[in-house]
Amino acid sequence: MSRARSATTSGSVPGAEPPRVLLLWCPDWPVIAAAEAAGLPPSAPLALVVKGEIFACSASARREGVARGLRVREAQARCPGLTVLPYDADLDHRAFEPVISAVEAIVPGAQLVRPGTLAVKARGPSRYYGGEVKAAEAVLEVVAAAHPAGQADDDADGVVPPGAIARVGVADSLFAAEQLAKARMRGPEDVVRVVPAGRTREFLAPLPLSVLERPELTTVLRRLGIDTLGHFAALDAVEVRDRFGEDGERLHALSSGRDPRDVEARTPPPDLGGEIVFETPLDRVDQIAFAFRQVADDIFDRLRAATLVATAIRVEIGLEDVGVRERSWLHPRWFTASDIVDRVRWQIQGNGRTEGLEAAVERIRVEPESVDAMSRHEQGLWGTGSDERVHHGLSRVQSMVGHDGVLTARLTGGRMPGQRQVLVPWGDRPPGGEKAVAESATLPWPGAIPGPAPSVVFPEPRPVVVIGPDGASVEVDDRGAFTTPPVRFGIGEKPERTSPVSAWAGPWPVSERWWDTAARSLQRVQLVDEAGRAWLLVLVAHRWWAEAVYD
Amino acid sequence: MAWAAISSDSSMGSAADSAVGGSSFSGGDAVADARASLDRILELQARIKGMQETKLDARALPTVPALGPLLPGGALRAGSSYSVHRSALLALALLAGPSAAGSWCAVVGMPTLGAEAAAGLGIDLERLVLVPDPGEQWLAVTAAMADVVTVVLTRPPGRVSPGDLARLTARLRQRGAALVVLGDWPQSEATLRVSGGSWEGIGHGHGHLAARQVTVTSEVRGAGRPLSATLWLPDATAGISAAAQPAAVSPIDPSVPERSDAESARPSRHLRPVEVA
Repeated sequence: MSRARSATTSGSVPGAEPPRVLLLWCPDWPVIAAAEAAGLPPSAPLALVVKGEIFACSASARREGVARGLRVREAQARCPGLTVLPYDADLDHRAFEPVISAVEAIVPGAQLVRPGTLAVKARGPSRYYGGEVKAAEAVLEVVAAAHPAGQADDDADGVVPPGAIARVGVADSLFAAEQLAKARMRGPEDVVRVVPAGRTREFLAPLPLSVLERPELTTVLRRLGIDTLGHFAALDAVEVRDRFGEDGERLHALSSGRDPRDVEARTPPPDLGGEIVFETPLDRVDQIAFAFRQVADDIFDRLRAATLVATAIRVEIGLEDVGVRERSWLHPRWFTASDIVDRVRWQIQGNGRTEGLEAAVERIRVEPESVDAMSRHEQGLWGTGSDERVHHGLSRVQSMVGHDGVLTARLTGGRMPGQRQVLVPWGDRPPGGEKAVAESATLPWPGAIPGPAPSVVFPEPRPVVVIGPDGASVEVDDRGAFTTPPVRFGIGEKPERTSPVSAWAGPWPVSERWWDTAARSLQRVQLVDEAGRAWLLVLVAHRWWAEAVYD
Repeated sequence: MAWAAISSDSSMGSAADSAVGGSSFSGGDAVADARASLDRILELQARIKGMQETKLDARALPTVPALGPLLPGGALRAGSSYSVHRSALLALALLAGPSAAGSWCAVVGMPTLGAEAAAGLGIDLERLVLVPDPGEQWLAVTAAMADVVTVVLTRPPGRVSPGDLARLTARLRQRGAALVVLGDWPQSEATLRVSGGSWEGIGHGHGHLAARQVTVTSEVRGAGRPLSATLWLPDATAGISAAAQPAAVSPIDPSVPERSDAESARPSRHLRPVEVA
């Protein structure tokens, strides 16, 4: 709509007059988003890491010499107090969503260039607010309110300079506006920069070639004696195309102040989530669940209106004086309103058995994390009845014993019976994903005990005694053989309560990952007692334990 | 004590003992006569039992073949309870038949369950639900599970009051679920006990556990004499199967001598009298 209007009001051919672009840039956005999520102050030295290299760092870390592209160890050597977190692109987008919404509320048609960078067409807003500078100031004002650093300002833990929150550049092309916004600040109030229409090429001319972020091209051009965008733009476009191809032509256009990219306004995604804020923080689970029921119904209705179903939701619970606790919940089928309330309740309660909360709840937000078309989840006329019934029954049991109380078992790989099974809460994914668990089961696992699997596997090993003919506990010598054959065996730790051993086999050593403290080194023995019960025992650090029974 | 081989899978009356008592198995007219009359007696007994049936819809569930001879009616019945003593593997084996046939099963109150052993018996882990620690809500959880799954395996945390017991039994009958209890259970259709066990494949310092031969005795409610069978539990493939030949030395009665080839060539189902405590 704005494009049509601009074409008619300018009264000229659309292309002849370049579009004006207003670009908003929040410096260090990934770091600010991560600091906010981790509950760190924005002034803390923080670095985000991708594949062992620094991806982004906070201003205080940068002052200590941390820079993008450094190895983590090098960065930590330069700044010993550095907090290192993995970079989470989803978090980046999620945290930027309030900023976009705030800008969209006053300026139509914002384009998300990347989290932290936002572009809008400047023509409409500048006419509405009476000038490009005034429009930029209006945008900055709402951004400061939505920005986490701007909110932290009220807590008076150090005044954040306005330039650290966001800066705006207005120019004829997206590329130029971004360079303008990111240019070095000439003073504390220099947060809105405007290049008048038609002067973009002049602004770009002194910039070095490195802003194009094409190191290979930059090297070649330097050898040709070309150092700035102005020199590059002065070349003939056809010759540049012949020499450097399509990409070179595009970069040449950028350097000349022409950006083939237009601002593509995004369609705001429907807000399917729901939030409830308690004026007086609540500390009773039943009160909270009751209050939340209406919100859950609303979420479900909104999803249904969009013919969607949620298969995963994210629940954020704001606790008084503690901060936000969030986790994702999966559903074996899809969430109904009461399922959402159940997940909120479980998350507040912890494991479903303990009463009382860590702190009073101020705020609950539920966001559908993955949605699916409802048509794919329609029930068939026949054939799905029994599983449906099972699912409902299991949900009921889950509401009695908690989410972690109802489990399904998966087989995986390992050398000990306890390692070979993974128990997963009903409807959840196993840690590491189904695929990793299934793949681990197909690996050969040398050293696993052959033969049938034990039917009783103790979650915690039980102490036992195994004694030889001399009455002393059986040990394994350096050559991996028993010092004496096992003769008597008993549960517990008392040597007098033992019975004769009728058969035994072993010892089989397990010596896993000597460099890892979590791994263990042990000897395994199969032993049949007097009554014909077979045991799997382990010897760890001169003590015998029962791992499993073949019962 | 004599060995009695009976080809019927029905319960055994006292007539069976007197009919074959003291005779040898090597053939002869007396034995043939006795066998014919025994078949007749058993047939009549089965008819009487059928007429006296109190439940109309005692639906049979698919059962592992090796366990059929030990259960009343030759199979696990929907709505009934069974009690298993001293062997988690035997209790799991009762779940294997329905699970392999596509039913859902649940295990309540057994935190030490070995999932791999369950899978080895033929239980589909996709359709096996575990509630390892129901705590004080054991009865509610078991009843809720009985609503939705076909077989529930459970270990009661303590004594169950007669009222709870009656309610749970009624729920099982109404929903058509079978209950397998590891431990004592007052109203069980059959109480299975594992007596003795001899492991194959393991010696003194060599080999490894490979298979176990056990004698399973089954006390059927309302029947006089317990049933007994020799099974491989687990067998060489970690499953359950009837032993092709019974244990050479009975763990219960060590005085029984080695049997002849003629005896060991007999069919797999061996029922023999066992003293009732």
